[in-house]
Amino acid sequence: MSAGQPPIDSPQISRLTPVLGPGHTFRSVTDKISSIVLTRPISYGWFVGFAITFGFTAMMTIAIAWLFTKGVGIWGIDIPVGWGFAIVNFVWWIGIGHAGTLISAILYLLNQKWRTSINRFAEAMTLFAVACAGIFPLIHTGRPWMAFYLFPYPATMGLWPQFRSPLIWDVFAVSTYGTVSLIFWFVGLIPDLATLRDRATTKAKQIIYGMLAMGWRGSVRHWHRYQSAYLLLAGLATPLVVSVHTVVSFDFAIAIVPGWHTTIFPPYFVAGAIYSGFAMVLSIAIPLRKAYGLEDYITMRHLDNMAKVMLATGEIVAYGYFFEFFMSQYSGDKFDMYLFRMLFHGPYAHFYYALILCNVLLPQLLWSYKIRHNVPILFLMSLVINIGMWLERFVIVVISLTRDFTPSAWGRYQATFWDWATLLGTIGFFIMLVFLFVRVLPAISITEMRELVAETSEAAAD
Amino acid sequence: MAQIFHRSTNFISRFSVFSYIFMWGFAILAVLWAARSPYMTRQNITREQPVQFSHKHHVGDDGIDCRYCHTSVETSAFPGIPPTKTCMNCHSVLFKNADYLEPVRESYRTGESIKWIKIHRLADFVYFDHSIHVNKGIGCSTCHGRVDEMPLVFQANTLLMQWCIDCHRNPEPYLRPMDQVYVMDWRPGPNQEELGKEFARERNLRTTAELTSCSTCHR
Repeated sequence: MSAGQPPIDSPQISRLTPVLGPGHTFRSVTDKISSIVLTRPISYGWFVGFAITFGFTAMMTIAIAWLFTKGVGIWGIDIPVGWGFAIVNFVWWIGIGHAGTLISAILYLLNQKWRTSINRFAEAMTLFAVACAGIFPLIHTGRPWMAFYLFPYPATMGLWPQFRSPLIWDVFAVSTYGTVSLIFWFVGLIPDLATLRDRATTKAKQIIYGMLAMGWRGSVRHWHRYQSAYLLLAGLATPLVVSVHTVVSFDFAIAIVPGWHTTIFPPYFVAGAIYSGFAMVLSIAIPLRKAYGLEDYITMRHLDNMAKVMLATGEIVAYGYFFEFFMSQYSGDKFDMYLFRMLFHGPYAHFYYALILCNVLLPQLLWSYKIRHNVPILFLMSLVINIGMWLERFVIVVISLTRDFTPSAWGRYQATFWDWATLLGTIGFFIMLVFLFVRVLPAISITEMRELVAETSEAAAD
Repeated sequence: MAQIFHRSTNFISRFSVFSYIFMWGFAILAVLWAARSPYMTRQNITREQPVQFSHKHHVGDDGIDCRYCHTSVETSAFPGIPPTKTCMNCHSVLFKNADYLEPVRESYRTGESIKWIKIHRLADFVYFDHSIHVNKGIGCSTCHGRVDEMPLVFQANTLLMQWCIDCHRNPEPYLRPMDQVYVMDWRPGPNQEELGKEFARERNLRTTAELTSCSTCHR
């Protein structure tokens, strides 16, 4: 049992439980959060973790350099499976990003106070996940230096991109998503950057944080504009929670490949995205609160709420799996029916069973209050769900492609060393960015925690 | 606490935000412009040839038909570069001792071809056929410009894909009566709109969808 965790037999955590530990003042909140960035020495654990993830990032760089040298033939892709790990990983990463936007935009508009201590790093996680996702569409094109062809610019060829293709919708969806997430994140950071500037211990830090704070003085006018900007951006980001993964699902649903051509894809992709996103938030939040003693800020109530969101979206995903199966049988389409035989009995059946285990069966444990409040198990559960969601994308991309309409076009897919090196490399890259983020920016919004202190003390005074 | 930044920083920060946008804008415009500039397209750039050959003299002054030298233009993809023998048909008699024709005579004596420099170079991945264009009534000067006024030949058009596809999308304004294809100074008349439509129908021009299909030119 980690410190700060209420015993299992404590009164039920309810809506009225404060989302902040007791006894906090403006000063204690600011001290605690800014000290991680400004005054704490680099710990041994941070250094080791950074070194390992940096090694994985280097592996990713080598894998990509080798890819650019030799071409996509170093991967396991071939005809008929032309979309291997690259697209699996792309969809997986872009889905992971969704929790950040959901927490920062929708929960903000719904006035959910518990979002305040997790929104900052969830948004950062979104950006890093989008960065990881963005790598794959670029490198999976045979000639990545021509990737700018995807953008509509006045080309000397007299052609525009094929606007009827979902692949081009993807470019817009993902680049809009990346831009809005970045601006939203940065705007939210501005008051905190000013706090860091004012508390900076060296001249260099003063200047860097000072430039990033963009002259924030904390005047009433500043706050007024800041809050309208933040609200507007939250409104702008809200449709993106739904639109991005919908468009990603169109990459599949618009095609006529058996197993892809179904209308259930958009909602079930979005639910899956939020599912995996919350799993990733938990995978980061649990070690983070432990390492930096943030149990007062990321309380059991937060973990409990996130587990509940995972449970809810997990049920939607399970519903999606069931109806995907049901509709294929109900349709009487022999290719769709055959595809489901392949899921259960084909050469990749073990992937499908593992997917059902990770995404549908094991998450049912989250119904239990005891499981939701057992931090190590919750952490393991978040990893299991992340793996399960990766398997889901693998099942969708690979199995459908191996079984096309004509038996003569059937094939097999086997990932190579370079496929795995790129996947593990991006995971290392992602965690490395999280390590850097924790050291250079406040991982929890100081401003919003101060607001919470004010509200909590007012509530106490009443 | 002392001020970190001087007052002027206010100006610098605002200025840099705007200049950032403008710099990117200009950088993008510069790249787009450069891709269309003669530096990239070689439009309007003359190059020295191994022989002082003037199209202006031979076509403009003497009135020799294009096909006298470019014999395969009506039947094959490549219009044909004349063999030295074609030059010698006349130059064994005319200007037969002129110094500047010595490379031609030398080529004739030794059997070594004259190494003409190619001006109109298309990318390797483009399939272009002269005969189909000529036989459907696209004249030489539509693409090559007024060769009869060029002492040294240069590329009169950009040869960018944009330029090709503009005509493939709407070829009718450029279709000539068949007897005008090799005429250098043909200009569309006032009734070109109807004529073009009629020519397109008579000559069974492919639809725009077919003419702009990828594999029409990239085979």
